[in-house]
Amino acid sequence: MATAISVEHLNYAYPGVDNTPGVAVFADLNLTVEEGSFVAILGSNGCGKSTLAKHFNSILLPSGGKVYVCGMDTANDDLLIKIRRNVGMVFQNPDNQIVANVVEEDVAFGPENLGIASPEIRKRVDNALKQVGMYEFRAHAPHLLSGGQKQRIAIAGIIAMEPKCIVLDEPTAMLDPKGRREVMDTVLKLNREKGITVVLITHHMDEAAQAQRVVVLHKGDVAADGTPKEVFSQVELLHRIGLAAPETVELCYELRQNGLHLPLDRLDIEECAQALYAEVKA
Amino acid sequence: MLKDITLGQFFPGNSFIHRLDPRTKLVMLVVYIVALFVATSWISYAVMLIFLVGCILISKIPGKSIVRGMKPMVIILIFTAVLNIFMTAGETVWLHFWIITITKEGVIRAFFMVIRILMLVTGTFLLTYTTSPIALTDGLESLLSPLKKIKLPVHELSMMMCIALRFIPTLIEETDKIMSAQKARGADFETGSLIDRVKALVPILIPLFVSAFRRADELATAMECRCYHGGEGRTKMKLLRYTRWDFEAYAAGVILLCGIIILAHFGL
Repeated sequence: MATAISVEHLNYAYPGVDNTPGVAVFADLNLTVEEGSFVAILGSNGCGKSTLAKHFNSILLPSGGKVYVCGMDTANDDLLIKIRRNVGMVFQNPDNQIVANVVEEDVAFGPENLGIASPEIRKRVDNALKQVGMYEFRAHAPHLLSGGQKQRIAIAGIIAMEPKCIVLDEPTAMLDPKGRREVMDTVLKLNREKGITVVLITHHMDEAAQAQRVVVLHKGDVAADGTPKEVFSQVELLHRIGLAAPETVELCYELRQNGLHLPLDRLDIEECAQALYAEVKA
Repeated sequence: MLKDITLGQFFPGNSFIHRLDPRTKLVMLVVYIVALFVATSWISYAVMLIFLVGCILISKIPGKSIVRGMKPMVIILIFTAVLNIFMTAGETVWLHFWIITITKEGVIRAFFMVIRILMLVTGTFLLTYTTSPIALTDGLESLLSPLKKIKLPVHELSMMMCIALRFIPTLIEETDKIMSAQKARGADFETGSLIDRVKALVPILIPLFVSAFRRADELATAMECRCYHGGEGRTKMKLLRYTRWDFEAYAAGVILLCGIIILAHFGL
């Protein structure tokens, strides 16, 4: 499979202000994201998750090492627009991403910037809104919508640019459970049906568990990398770096401490219940 | 308390005036204002008034909301009227008392001034009531685009207007939240002297400004992520297009202006 994003020996430090030393975030980070995959990036506060995301579309440029997006070097200024149309970004606060005061005008903002012809923009906007299930709200004012709906509008604004890859930086952090589910369902659908590469940065373990691959960052380096089952079964490692495993794994872990023989890779509630049943019966 | 701010209040509709191109409406407003200032006599004012009332009837905007919009104007109207009544020198003195002199000319002049302001404001209301803010900014950008040649940042200005309009409700909501938070901690906005009340607003304004700057920063990043790189090479989803109706409206405007000029020329 082709590589969508590849990070090679990334070195980055936030520049210091007025002679104070800068804050080093990455020393030597290596990471590749396959095309069409769904990768979740986990990590405690200040581990560099958002900083890494900003490297994926040239918002930040590496101090050392290289970041390639679809084979393009992000440090190359001439490719800037091309890189950004290929890697869309969705941020935490939906209010601060919406530009226009009509839903469809906002979704059209990206394609308009790309200089696409008007009838084609119309088509893309309608398609994007249908894909996130917000078509009937196209003439509404964004400030009257719920958080989850606004975040779906933001996602529609990105997919209207037809990117190969979407990077979501804690898109559900400010949403209620219903809004979180709406956004996650939309993201999963885009990944499965459209084959769009998804990089999801999150604090929620249950969201990460829905990805194909989980990468745990700690102090600017990869602490764990693998399928959700592989990563979440390393409960001690997760605890050491200040994270928790999904609730089902935590439950199995606690029971294991007390002598029960339970596997640690049961991410689904049903699976977990089955394992418990089998253990209690035995 | 902050909910009743009316800014760019738009009544969606489907009338002849609603469907006109925003550029037509903007130009027509200018024509209307020029005609209003050219008009000097009873007859020309009557013609203008008939035109204005006709437009309001066609637009199907409820007269009530126009009257409501006039409320903040009352002070200015009274001020204008009083100033004109007392300050106009004239021959036919109606009332003379101490240093106050009221003349026939003064009263007539005051009356015309008030009518002129009322018609001016109503005309502007007709534009903002029948045109969505976004159409208005689009229209302005398109009309002003020749000024790009003299390096006027027309696109940037219309983008700024668009973003400002977009964030008004967001910031009002935020102000409400901050006020509730301050009230919960014992702040008092309702009692005390005027100075006390103004002082009480400082703890609201500072967090509001800080948050506005943070929002601006995030919005700028999000816009860059969506490939925003200024107005160059930018296209529009909705193109502005003149229809037959726009030409009809322009013709009506030209006829009105010519008519008023001719009337003024004959001193009517």
